[in-house]
Amino acid sequence: MAKTAPGPGAPRPARPPSRRKPTGRALSRALPVSPAVVLLLLFLAGPIGYCAYIAFTDLQLTGQAESSFVGFDNFRKAFGDEAFLNAVWLTLVFTVVSSLIGQNTIGLALASLMQRASKPIRTITGAIVITAWVLPEVVAAFLLYAFFRREGTLNAVLDFLHLPPQNWMYTLPILAVSFANVWRGTAFSMLVYSAALNEIPKEITEAAEVDGAGGWRRMWHITLPMIRRSIGTNLMLNTLQTLSVFGLIWVMTRGGPGNRSQTLPLFMYEQAFQKSMIGYGTAVALLLLVVGSLFSLVYMRLLRTEV
Amino acid sequence: MRPTTPLLLATALVAAATLTACGGDSGDDPDTVKVSFKQSTDNQVKVMDTFLADIKKQFEKANPGKKVKLVPIKAPDSEYYTKLQQMMRSSKTAPDLVYEDTFLINSDITSGYLKPLDPYLKKWKDWDQFIGTSKSAAKAADGKTYGVPDGTDTRGLWFSKSIFKKAGLPADWQPKSWDEILQAARTIKKKVPGVTPMNVYTGKPAGEAATMQGMEMLLYGTGEDPMYDPQSKKWVTGSQGFKDSLKFVETVYKEKLGPDVSDALDPNFATRVRGELLPEDKLGINLDGSWLPQDWGKGAGHEWPEWSKKLGLAHMPTQNGQAPGKVSMSGGWTWAIPSEASNPGLAFKFIEQMQTKANAQKWYVANSGIAVRKDVAADPAYLKAQPGLKFFTDLVPTTHYRPAYPAYPKVSTAVQEAMEKVTTGDGSVDEAASGYDSEIKAATNDKVIEK
Repeated sequence: MAKTAPGPGAPRPARPPSRRKPTGRALSRALPVSPAVVLLLLFLAGPIGYCAYIAFTDLQLTGQAESSFVGFDNFRKAFGDEAFLNAVWLTLVFTVVSSLIGQNTIGLALASLMQRASKPIRTITGAIVITAWVLPEVVAAFLLYAFFRREGTLNAVLDFLHLPPQNWMYTLPILAVSFANVWRGTAFSMLVYSAALNEIPKEITEAAEVDGAGGWRRMWHITLPMIRRSIGTNLMLNTLQTLSVFGLIWVMTRGGPGNRSQTLPLFMYEQAFQKSMIGYGTAVALLLLVVGSLFSLVYMRLLRTEV
Repeated sequence: MRPTTPLLLATALVAAATLTACGGDSGDDPDTVKVSFKQSTDNQVKVMDTFLADIKKQFEKANPGKKVKLVPIKAPDSEYYTKLQQMMRSSKTAPDLVYEDTFLINSDITSGYLKPLDPYLKKWKDWDQFIGTSKSAAKAADGKTYGVPDGTDTRGLWFSKSIFKKAGLPADWQPKSWDEILQAARTIKKKVPGVTPMNVYTGKPAGEAATMQGMEMLLYGTGEDPMYDPQSKKWVTGSQGFKDSLKFVETVYKEKLGPDVSDALDPNFATRVRGELLPEDKLGINLDGSWLPQDWGKGAGHEWPEWSKKLGLAHMPTQNGQAPGKVSMSGGWTWAIPSEASNPGLAFKFIEQMQTKANAQKWYVANSGIAVRKDVAADPAYLKAQPGLKFFTDLVPTTHYRPAYPAYPKVSTAVQEAMEKVTTGDGSVDEAASGYDSEIKAATNDKVIEK
């Protein structure tokens, strides 16, 4: 880094005639960014590259003297592994139920209802929903564990109403954790949609109302097309967040009973850290990345058509 | 060159220097020994912290100029292992002394994480005081010893005297076979409503507790070497004993003699058994370990001084009462030195300090551990220190150690999965057993033998 840009010391506003000056300038402009670039390469790109490499080895955390390169063995093993396929299926269920259907629709419903509500109602609802969202994941998970468990709050309420008790955390664990995720993550969608709905010009909805369009028709023909971009962005962010949920499920069910709520991140953790098969676990992590990008691609396609 | 350029250059250089410093050496001090241990996840349980702080004081007094740095890792067992393995992978992070579970030690030895201790043990007089079986707990296939055990444990049946009284069962209950246990549980179920008749740990959430306190306590009562065949050095598949043990587990949960299945498969269930169900007289029979009283002692968090009057102890019988009549499994933890440790000599000195007769005895009692030193085991003061110690110490001669070979952790998970299948009723005993067979074939590269 001993290279300095030679040149007259007197600063002149005129454009420099030589072409070496701009390179010097480009260099000195790049300098402030360089620590960040080095950091990113070192701590982000490096580990990701290392992960991709490990996925093709049989590295173990313990129980083996050295690891070797095994090519696509880990991936072959995954697709022949019932537990992996079960995890993929559950991940899809979890994502569709809790993110696509749950957070998204409830978020939109809350946002549109709040548009028409009075200010105090709006403030109170917003505060409650956002509280669920800002709670640390583990805290939220323990709350919901206490809510759903057999002697939990939910059954106390059901009992009070003389309804039969539930035991979803055992009978339908994937639904219990999906509900938990909806409870926790709806606020984000609500905020995105509130912002989007505020952007819709009042004149248009009013005009439609004058023309005699009912609530549902206004929603379908005016509101939804106008906030299409926000829907796409929200779906994308939501899906990627939901795909990587670990703490919530870990605390509530540990992926059990059996492996009836073992989504891909939990399966990955089990393989890598409980069965010590780091190589296989990493390969599964890469496959999870693929699942995520497939979802993203679908959304991108859906969003491409212009109104 | 504009005047800002040198400034920018300097900033970049400083930043780069800082970055490389991050990855620099953590500064190993040849006079400091770093000791890693598992801190209880229960904030109120400080048994180990207190003991080590005391040893640290003794050690620093006996070795002027030397320092001890305690590095607690607060995590449940399985996560503690993972964290430790990651620390031992590099000389920059490896402690000088680590607390290793015998469950995993062979696996870690194979990975080359640990140092053989033979040269140190040769010069250490006290090593002769250790009971033979305990010495082999940390002996690897290469014949070298990699860890010094700090006590062991045994397992048996705990039962609630008041529930037994209500059910009309004897206060000095001692079942002679599996059937007698089930009969007692059925009697409790019939006569004492509202309590859990019996607990057998099961399924993946319970982890090694399900394998060892549950399955192996049954399996080792069905015949010789039911899990691993030492002659052929292969893992046993397709054995009748395995199916019978699964059948027992299935019976407990099918006939509702055990906890509700959703409770049994709750990851926090073991904590509830110790802190809630037993002290509140809500559990009839509990198949569990010798260490339970460590949670009930003074200042341990769930004080229950009268436990020894409320609970009875019985040894676990063999399947049909065949010789030797009783079954116990033993595990335990050892102190080991990582191969990447920077001060191995000093670390071994610390082990010596911990394992003097007086200190070892202090530790066994505080930890409800079973003595592995002959002189302590024979000391009446030790046997009287805590009710139950004598009962559990007497099981040592007939106890079994796990086949803790490198593949064991994976085999253990396969056991838990099979147990979970029959517990939830997702699969029959035969399905679960054949699932186990194919799992361990994969985990051990086909090193299996039919029995």
